[in-house]
Amino acid sequence: MTLPQLQRPPAISEYAAPHSLAEALDALADGGATCVAGGTDLWVQKDEPGRAVGKRLVNIMRVPELKGIEVKSGRIRLGALITMTQVLEHAELAKKAPVLRIAADKFASVQIRNAATVGGNIANASPAADFVIPLLCLDAEVALASLKKGKVATRTVPINDIFTGPGKTVIAPEELITGVEFAAPGKGFHAGFAKTGPRPALEIALVSLGFAAYVDKRGLRGVRLALGAVAPTPLRARKTEAVLEGKTIDDGLIESAVDALDKEIAPIDDHRGSAWYRRRLARAYLTQELQNAAAG
Amino acid sequence: MPLQVDVTFTLNGRATRVSVPVGASALTVLRERLDLAGAKLACGEGECGACTVIVDGQSLNACLMPAVDLEGRDVLTVEGLWTAAGVDPVQDAFIEHGAVQCGFCTPGMIMQIRYLLNRNPDMSEDEIRRGLEGNVCRCTGYKKIIDAVIAAGRTATA
Repeated sequence: MTLPQLQRPPAISEYAAPHSLAEALDALADGGATCVAGGTDLWVQKDEPGRAVGKRLVNIMRVPELKGIEVKSGRIRLGALITMTQVLEHAELAKKAPVLRIAADKFASVQIRNAATVGGNIANASPAADFVIPLLCLDAEVALASLKKGKVATRTVPINDIFTGPGKTVIAPEELITGVEFAAPGKGFHAGFAKTGPRPALEIALVSLGFAAYVDKRGLRGVRLALGAVAPTPLRARKTEAVLEGKTIDDGLIESAVDALDKEIAPIDDHRGSAWYRRRLARAYLTQELQNAAAG
Repeated sequence: MPLQVDVTFTLNGRATRVSVPVGASALTVLRERLDLAGAKLACGEGECGACTVIVDGQSLNACLMPAVDLEGRDVLTVEGLWTAAGVDPVQDAFIEHGAVQCGFCTPGMIMQIRYLLNRNPDMSEDEIRRGLEGNVCRCTGYKKIIDAVIAAGRTATA
């Protein structure tokens, strides 16, 4: 009997390290390239069958247009190359959108937070992507750029419309994530993030949950609920949001909401945990976040 | 023959030029091309921290860093901590407190601690534990490592 041969990825035959957005997009223009930044996902996966790196590796670490955190006139923009550590250390961002800080703090380890980028967490499209969950709660838009007839063309896609399956997105091979943008939350905005795995650090979430709303006393408005690792993509739980919208938090509402959430999610059994356990966690986290919101 | 790219960077204070395979990690290049075997390959996927090095002041898992991205960077490995003045206070504290058993995690542990102490020489035990979440030791139970970090921090602030 012969064992099946593992498919080795094709060798990388070209390398580019662009120093501007236009150069980067030019290197991506034929659709045959793979981008790398922090490498924390790609360098683990690159030799796996089916996750092959394209024929050209494009190192985007030196593209200035992808850097920087801007907080101005009610809008916040994070460049695609912003690392989790930079999110943690940005005082104004932590004040305006603390949920990003909470999620970044629960992200992997120090060494990985020093390398892993906002853009990479989106592009990798893991159903358990930690940083995507608060971005879903902030209704963020993903800014994409590509070359059209030699000119830089841009479009924005709501982050909820980016993911199509595990590791799959609507981002075209010739497109590059340049950053994420969202409206700075206003007064009364409450947001929380919870995540668990068998240990606190370096854990791929068994379940992660982000909850955000404008809370007045116990009344909820503008409810946003997002979960990781309970569906093939990070999930915005719209039906459960509808149950909560405009309502006042009490025990009855919490019960209706967790029941609605249980119907809306589709977790799987895998080596990390059972679907049964994931459902228990999702219910517990939603209960906890609603209680936190009620407590103010 | 895989595609090779020349990279020029500063390694433990010395200008270094080396040809690297495009798909290689910085760790492979440090160990196999530059004969610096301090940083260790253990898990190879960023879970254990045995390969920790400091790049432009940030601690990183060298196993996850594309070697091509070394270009222009300032890299410090455990070999670079040993100067004419002697070993680093963290290394002294490890010896003093018996924080080494098999030693495989030690170089990565020391580099991560050096990074943490550069940012805050006066960490609480909780901050030390959180800072070392990405470094796995299978021998010591961490107690003596943490004692060593506290002692090294005191040396730095004394």
